[in-house]
Amino acid sequence: MSTPSQPTASESSKQKAAITVNNLTMAFGNFVVMKDLNFKVNEHDIFIIMGGSGCGKSTLLRHMLGLIEPAKGEVLYGDFNFTKADLEEREAKLRQFGVLYQSGALWSSMTLAENVGLPLGEFTDLKPSEIREVASLKLALVGLKGFEDYYPSQISGGMQKRAGLARAIALDPEIVFFDEPSAGLDPISSRLLDDLILELRDNLGATAVVVSHELPSIFAIGNNSVFLDAETRTMTASGDPKELLAHSTDHRVKTFLTRGEEDGKNSARDHG
Amino acid sequence: MQAQENHTKPAELSFARADNSTLVVRVAGDWHLRSGMPSPLLATRELDKPPKPKKVTFEGSHLEGWDTGLLTFLMGLADVCQKRKIELDMSALPAGVGQLIKLAETVPEKTGARLERDHSSFIETLGKATISYAGALDEFLTFLGQVTISFGKLAVGRARFRMVDLMVIIQDCGANAFGIVTLISFLVGVILAFMGAVQLQKFGAAIFIADLVGIAMVRDMGGVMTAIIMAGRTGAAFAAQLGSMKVTQEIDALTTMGISPLEFLVLPRVIALFLMIPLLCIYADCVGILGGSFVAATMLHISFTAYFRETMNAIMLTDVLGGIFKCTVYGIIVAVAGCLRGFQCGNSSSAVGDAATTAVVTSIVYIVVACGIFAFLFNTLGI
Repeated sequence: MSTPSQPTASESSKQKAAITVNNLTMAFGNFVVMKDLNFKVNEHDIFIIMGGSGCGKSTLLRHMLGLIEPAKGEVLYGDFNFTKADLEEREAKLRQFGVLYQSGALWSSMTLAENVGLPLGEFTDLKPSEIREVASLKLALVGLKGFEDYYPSQISGGMQKRAGLARAIALDPEIVFFDEPSAGLDPISSRLLDDLILELRDNLGATAVVVSHELPSIFAIGNNSVFLDAETRTMTASGDPKELLAHSTDHRVKTFLTRGEEDGKNSARDHG
Repeated sequence: MQAQENHTKPAELSFARADNSTLVVRVAGDWHLRSGMPSPLLATRELDKPPKPKKVTFEGSHLEGWDTGLLTFLMGLADVCQKRKIELDMSALPAGVGQLIKLAETVPEKTGARLERDHSSFIETLGKATISYAGALDEFLTFLGQVTISFGKLAVGRARFRMVDLMVIIQDCGANAFGIVTLISFLVGVILAFMGAVQLQKFGAAIFIADLVGIAMVRDMGGVMTAIIMAGRTGAAFAAQLGSMKVTQEIDALTTMGISPLEFLVLPRVIALFLMIPLLCIYADCVGILGGSFVAATMLHISFTAYFRETMNAIMLTDVLGGIFKCTVYGIIVAVAGCLRGFQCGNSSSAVGDAATTAVVTSIVYIVVACGIFAFLFNTLGI
């Protein structure tokens, strides 16, 4: 396991870990998806969970959110043991997070404003007119000003993602989870979404956990990461993606980060 | 095989021995899926003939055109060669063929990913099915328990759902169901009257048709028919709505936002049916009796006044209240079954259809079972 950019012991004790994952093993019945995952997400990190398709990145995210129970191990938020907590404590903790699902997961029977306004209505004491104002603001932040009264089925996929992000940040969460935010977006929209994630971290002080395999995004915004390897079924690298690219000695990590250029075998395209 | 001077040459396959341990496979002509090609079994049979070759090479200079047809033949042959540890040399084939086969073999098969085929015997399958039925009842009761707990939260005012959702569902399962409930209840009343009319006339007891229709509708038929209509109409709708939400991760979005999907989605649906189905039951009872009165008037020449007076004498308040109570229970069954199947929906669009189907089937089965239990219970209690 190459960890060239892990902070030294004294440095890491100063940085508070927003999320700690200890000895996590994910399994479906007897089929082990990933085992022995140990990593920390520091505050104000943009933490990338990366790996090949089907290696369990989204599954890891669902474990961290409590949608699936781990086969072994635990997830801690600060000092709060999420895995051992009961349902009510978990629900209370989840309200401090925002989640952007892969296709937005907007509630299709509600307009965009109602989608963004639901958490505001449920968990704050704002009046309906104030809720509408805040919802409009969040939608404007993601570039959807004017679309408040549209239904999710009436807007494009990229717009649905941005609306999903507006809903995820409705309560100004401390941690925002992104499940493949760039999937299905054109390069410009992907770039705009990256910029939004950076804004969240810089101006709203959030921590971001991003599941992604889009290399441009990973290098543009990631400052910490974990690499999940499908063959050994465990994590094989962690740290700043740019450092991993420069210093990693793991063959599969390098192949992933260089989009196969470092692969010893010639690709078919090299022939003729 | 003779080469024909046609527009496309048919696929040709022949074998030769270069030396004692090498088999040369000659492929020629057009190897396309649509035109039909020789089977890999021919090559396997050739490999079986002594002396057993240790190496297979190809001769493809007369190969005219190829597509996946050739590739599948070659992959089948490569599989056999790998199992028998025979060396396979594809260099004499066009470069594209070798590259595509390499591409197909690049990502190694994930061990444990292939799903095991179920080879159980009939008895085993029957046994598993029986156990799963018992499990289904267990799931239903567990879910019913969770819904009851949520009702407890509702009672202290801490349940989270939107009033507008409740209103929309009430409109949908109440007001919008009027048409079909009217039609079916009317026809049930007519059918009951028909069944009794002929027999009762023989005894000169035609007037008792009012008793028959009245008691049957009010005690059982009104409630059961309304509940079955709601199962098909509303139970399936609930299952499909919640199932689709599960497929698009909308339910996960609620959970990770700290909102209980049970409170937000299931509670308004159960409340709506709980409020609407007794009203629909009363309405169905009246319409059924009306249907019976039409048959009495037209077939038996009993006046409406006489019919309704006889009906009023026959049915008692306990009948009416018992019928409404039973119907309310059926309504809760429909709502709970519909929502449960929605939550259990799989991850594809066909799964949503399955969820709707099982919701209706589960509802109807449990309604009829409940009806039987109530019949026995009410009889014992003398109601």
